[in-house]
Amino acid sequence: MTLVALLIPLLLPWAALVPARRILDRCPPVAALWTLTLSALLLAAGTIAALGTLALTGLLEIPALAALAELVRPLRTPSTALVPPLAAAAAGLLALAALTLGRSVVRQAAGLRTARHQAGRRAPAGDLCVVESPHPDAYALPGRPHRIVVTTAMLRSLDAREREALFAHERAHNTGGHHYFLAVAELAAHCHPALRTVREVIRLAAERAADEAAATAVGDRRLTAHAIARAALAAHTADASRPAVTPAATTGPVPKRVTALLSPAPRTPRALTWLAAPLAACALLSCTTAATAALHVHQDIEIAQGETGS
Amino acid sequence: MNPEKDERRPAGELEAAVLAALWAADAPLTPAQVQVELAAGLARTTVTTILSRLYEKGTLERQRQGRGYAYRPIEDPHGLTALRMHSELARDSDRETVLSRFVAQLSPDDEQVLRRLLEEGP
Repeated sequence: MTLVALLIPLLLPWAALVPARRILDRCPPVAALWTLTLSALLLAAGTIAALGTLALTGLLEIPALAALAELVRPLRTPSTALVPPLAAAAAGLLALAALTLGRSVVRQAAGLRTARHQAGRRAPAGDLCVVESPHPDAYALPGRPHRIVVTTAMLRSLDAREREALFAHERAHNTGGHHYFLAVAELAAHCHPALRTVREVIRLAAERAADEAAATAVGDRRLTAHAIARAALAAHTADASRPAVTPAATTGPVPKRVTALLSPAPRTPRALTWLAAPLAACALLSCTTAATAALHVHQDIEIAQGETGS
Repeated sequence: MNPEKDERRPAGELEAAVLAALWAADAPLTPAQVQVELAAGLARTTVTTILSRLYEKGTLERQRQGRGYAYRPIEDPHGLTALRMHSELARDSDRETVLSRFVAQLSPDDEQVLRRLLEEGP
């Protein structure tokens, strides 16, 4: 029973993919961003709790460790033949997650340091840092104060009003604290393979939220759509020698954003509840089953430690 | 954007817009030219104030032109190559960074779709 309960949090992220993929088509992006990120966090927590509990049950089968944990009788496990391989796999997956997460943190820190160094080379004008580069590129640089970094090539690819849309987009990332959402998405992606897909959806949701904020700020959805499309094409032409990272068969995030801006503003609160509910249910179910199972194992350990409860 | 709204924007945003216009122009601009370039309904005096503030901060250089000055951004002769390398490095790890880039890389299909979207409509 406990074993099955521990498998449920490991399977739920795949089930959550179905509502997660569709949520952006119907919902306002800010609501989608919150729902997706909180769900990803809960699903990741459920996964880690389940893997941890599985690994622990296996470790306590080892006599030396059982003695260390002051077990006076063997732990009650449903099937002794099944527990050791499962526990070993769980421990392996946990170690793998920790390893890739650690590597990602190091890489992210280095990336941020490079970006800060690049931005700090000259006095900014307001929040704008201009970087001289032939590659059209722009990004939000969170910090105190928040800054936006834009290359000279990007400034030259756009006209004055399109540049305002770009600045409004990057400022929306900073004021919306989108880097926190992206960090959670990154963390979750290292806990479960299905959450890697959710990470991409969260990234798209953050871009969509900033796009809508930019469209509101400049008061023109079509102008914002054109700014994004022209910036992407300019960057693409400048980087033509580079092989495309996205498989050609799929439509990447940029056309989706442009198409969304060329359609009317999203405003369907009813659809939000219908799509958010299954996602939130998956996330909550994952956490509760993992917690219940962990609690059961904890009780079993106490019994094995000789406490009178049976 | 109407003129009143633009005059009420934070000073930082106006500075950013002015500096961006100067970089995009790639030639020294007078306050009048910046005003036209921005197409944002800013008063000439506001543009002049922002330009002199940026000049005092060392972001811009200026030269006499007629009765006033023409301004242009100060370029960084040594940094260019190093920075180009940096930005390329940063682009490689596109998918794994918390930096929110304005545009992600495109697949060949994306390019087609975008060109079609830009051609459609007025």
